[in-house]
This record gives sequence, structure tokens and C-alpha cells, in this order.
Amino acid sequence: MITKRDKQALGQRLLAGFREAGAVEVAPDLLLPADTLLDLYGEDIRARAYLTDDPLRGEVALRPDFTVPVVQMHMAGGAEPARYCYLGEVFRKQDPGETRPEHPRDNEYLQCGFELFSREPQADAEVFALFHRLLAPYEAQPVIGDMSLLMDAVRALPLPEPRRDALLHHIWRPGRFAALLERFAAPAAARGLAASDAPLTGLRSAEEMQARLDRLAADADTPPLPAEWAERLTRLFAIDAPAPEALAELRDLAAQMPAIAPAVDRLAARLSAIAGHGIDLASLRLDASHGRHTMEYYDGFTFSFLAPDREGWPPVASGGRYDAMTAVLGGGRAIPAVGGIIRPGLLAELEAS
Amino acid sequence: MLKLAVPSKGRLMEQCFDWFADHGVRLSRSGSDREYAGRVEGVENLSLQLLSAGEIPRELGAGRIDLGVTGTDLVREKLAGWRSVVTEIAQMGFGHADLVLAVPAGWRDCETLDDFAAIARDFRRAHGFRLRIATKYHRLVRAWLSAHEVADYQLVDSQGATEGTVANLTAEAIADITSSGETLRANHLKILGEPPILQSQATLFASKAAKADEVAALMERLGL
Repeated sequence: MITKRDKQALGQRLLAGFREAGAVEVAPDLLLPADTLLDLYGEDIRARAYLTDDPLRGEVALRPDFTVPVVQMHMAGGAEPARYCYLGEVFRKQDPGETRPEHPRDNEYLQCGFELFSREPQADAEVFALFHRLLAPYEAQPVIGDMSLLMDAVRALPLPEPRRDALLHHIWRPGRFAALLERFAAPAAARGLAASDAPLTGLRSAEEMQARLDRLAADADTPPLPAEWAERLTRLFAIDAPAPEALAELRDLAAQMPAIAPAVDRLAARLSAIAGHGIDLASLRLDASHGRHTMEYYDGFTFSFLAPDREGWPPVASGGRYDAMTAVLGGGRAIPAVGGIIRPGLLAELEAS
Repeated sequence: MLKLAVPSKGRLMEQCFDWFADHGVRLSRSGSDREYAGRVEGVENLSLQLLSAGEIPRELGAGRIDLGVTGTDLVREKLAGWRSVVTEIAQMGFGHADLVLAVPAGWRDCETLDDFAAIARDFRRAHGFRLRIATKYHRLVRAWLSAHEVADYQLVDSQGATEGTVANLTAEAIADITSSGETLRANHLKILGEPPILQSQATLFASKAAKADEVAALMERLGL
């Protein structure tokens, strides 16, 4: 049994590494206003975070992650370039559904993190190399991805804007995304919606409904998406190989989908920068769909480090770029940002075994 | 001695008594109509308590009662990981009700859950907050919507008169139990053309903490 003190000590070592990389240590609150989290994550947060009530502050959540409070703090302070690090506990609820697990996951554990607010194009590589260096002793397998590549590919589809928007919106929901893509590939059919004389109750207005009815009517004239586009997209999403091979596949694909060429070039530049930090690119797995399985706020580069031979474990570290979130929480201001967290408790277990 | 609990009020209690009578065991209230203790005739080693149907799942989960009659909906909503805690002994064939998602009947562009997901997305953009679904079945509804990858909504708690929340502008849709659909229609709501979130009926459950041989003996006595 590894004590919390041991995990804390390991976390302090990681934190020292982040401080040496120029980060200022911050200590966000444990109790966070729930409304921001609810707005960002939606109803899922109630299934995952511990919520409680404060008589004056209303609904509050026990900190489910650090990124949101760190970004809020940073944006309130003026959105200038900065490096932050932190160490503390996060709290996650697990609803078991129908059957209770034999070994429930930890519901409170340490996260040690680093967040970089920067307009430098090298920021992704800097953050990744820093995590790579700190995790080197654990032989964790790095996996990287890039959401902007997927989003550019979707934007490049020859589809009317409402269809493109719907796909982009559901890019993190694989079932809904696949169903939409299948529907767009088939001939559209008029819906033949029945008239209704029922009164329209509730906040949704007749104009809102009419706008959607108009959209549905316009959509019925849309020609099907040619099969080769869905195939290209499927091919892109399925790329999962050592980074140099994956990059070659992406270059091939970019010849057919020129719209992803700039994102492929950015990825290539990022990989060169990562190699410049002395990291062997062949040791990185590039999974094009990686970001679809991570937090919804990542909209560019994403990364995870997986513990060797630990089936069923969550990643020991994960992170990514979340430019759009700084704008959402920035009240008019925005700055590109990239960061990630390491779980000292998992590393302590690796050390102990 | 096994402890059995059945709902303490109304038609559900009567139907429970009838079901047990059909299986050769006579249950009744002891003393007056107002006393929540019961009497058992026709079988040894069984005692009867009358409890609120909503509390029976919790008591089963805690092992304070061995057997209990309540709706599948309440067990699944209130007992996380219910299969690990209770066993379904018998579906009793009454108290049928479906947990459904209902929207204003005037939403003629909303027939399926896909429509609902699209409307929720539009609504959030137009109103600046997530479309609200009033319910008391938070876990069931959330798990169902999550399994169907519906994202742009929020649940608001409603412990009663849920069908009225849409007209009162405190929700845009509701998720509730219905048997005939009459209350939904009277409140200008319609059910989406999807299978219900859950089909519930009165069910006899045994706590996994109950002595297995005693439960087996009783089941035999009841002819199950």
C-alpha cells in the first residue's frame, strides 16, 4: 500500500521539474462554482463531479480538474504569456451503472500539472518534451494526436454549412458522428412532418421551430456526399502508427484532401521541434483519433502517456491544446494555451512494482 | 426469519396483497388502516412491513429488509450498481409504467431522438443555456442520453407535477413515468418515437444480503 505521503512526495518531485522549466506554482480553490463547469462539460459533469450547495455561492463542485480554474485565474489576470504549475487533489465520481465494480477507481487522486499560455508556435513541442523528460524513467508509451487535423478535414467536406457544422459539433461523439456521415452519404429524403394543431408550449418559439423546418426543407435537396469523401475521412480517422509512418500516410491523404495540408505541415513542424528536443520520433505513436477520446476542450495537439503493460489503467499523463477554451472563459480575451497533467499516484504504483 | 416490505399505500398495496394471495400467502395490515405493520398467514418465518415504495430500494440495498416489492424504475434509479445488491425474484404483472422523454406536442419537427439532439443544439445557441429536461429520474435519464450521445441539455429536478414544467417555462422537455399517456396529452406533451428509457413494473426483489436458503425456501412456497 502506497501512502498518500509517498504520492505527495513524488508529486513534489514532478512539481520541482515544472518549476525548473520556468513555471510559477499556483493553488486553485478546491471548491469551484458549478455553473462554469456545467456550461463547459454539460450534464455529464453531474455524473462525474461531486456537487454540493453553498447557501451564498449556490451550487459548487469539488475540483474535478485544474485546467478550468487555472485558465479562469489567468484570463482574469490579463491573458499575457505565462507558465503555471500546480499539485493537488481532484475528485471524480464513478457511477457504476448496473453492476458494482470489484475494484472501484480512485475517487480522489493527485494531479501535477503544467499550463503554458503562449503565442509561440513551439509551445506544443516544449510542453510535450517537458512531460517526456519527466516521465522518461517510467518508460510510458507516448501517444499523440491533433484535433485541428480532424476538424480541418471535416470543414473540407463538400457539404452545405449546416451539415458541416453538425459534424463538427459531434466530432467527440463517435456514434452520432458516424450516423450523420452515413445519412449525408445517402440520398436525402423529404421528412413529411405531420402538421400539428397543438399549442406551442415552452420557451422554444415558433420562429425557432420554423428556422429548423426551413433548414430541414433545404437539406432535402442536398445531393449525397460522394463516397470517396467518407472513405478519406474514415482513412484519416483510422491512422494509428509510429509518428514518421503516420506522417507519410497523412501526406498521401493531403494530396487528395488539400484542405488538411496546412494542418499536416503544422504537425510536421511540431514533430521536427519535438525531435529537436532529442526525442526519437519512431517511439511516438500518432493516433489521428486520439483527441476524440480525450477532453472535449482540446482543439489542437493532444497527448497521453500510457503505463507499460497496465491494461485498463487510465493514462499516467495527458494533455493538449485548448485555445478555444481561453476565449470562452476569457470574456472577450483569448490566448493560445497548451498544458497537461501527470498522476503521481499511478507513477508511485509503477515505482513500487 | 425473512423481512418482507411492500408499498404502504393505495392500489399498489392492494395488488401486492392479491398477488401474494394468489401464491398462497395471505398478507394484511395488522390493527387499523393507519398502522404500518402487517400480518402474514400461510407461511412461517416471514414478517411484513409496510414502507413507502420509494424507500424500499434503499432498505434492500442496506440489507435491513430481505425482500421488497417496488418498481423496477425506483430500484434502477436509486440503487447504483443494483445488480450487485439485489436479485429480481418475480415480475408481478401490475404497476406497469414507461419512463419516457416527452416534448411539447407543438414541436412538429421533433419525432426522434436525433431531432431532439439537433433541437437541443439550436436551443443552446439561441438561448445561451442548455435545454432543460425536468425529471426525478436523474441517473436513468442521464445514462440513457449519454448512451445515445445527446449532449446539449441539462436536467432540472422535479419531484412532482413534472408535466406542468414546460407550460410553466421551467423546462423545455420532461422525462417521467407514464402508463396511459393521458397526463402528458392533457399538458400538450408528446412522447418521442423511441423505445422507452425503461419499462417498469412492480417486482419482487431479494437483497443479496438475505440468507439464500431461506429465500429459496420461500420462493418454493410461493411456487416461483
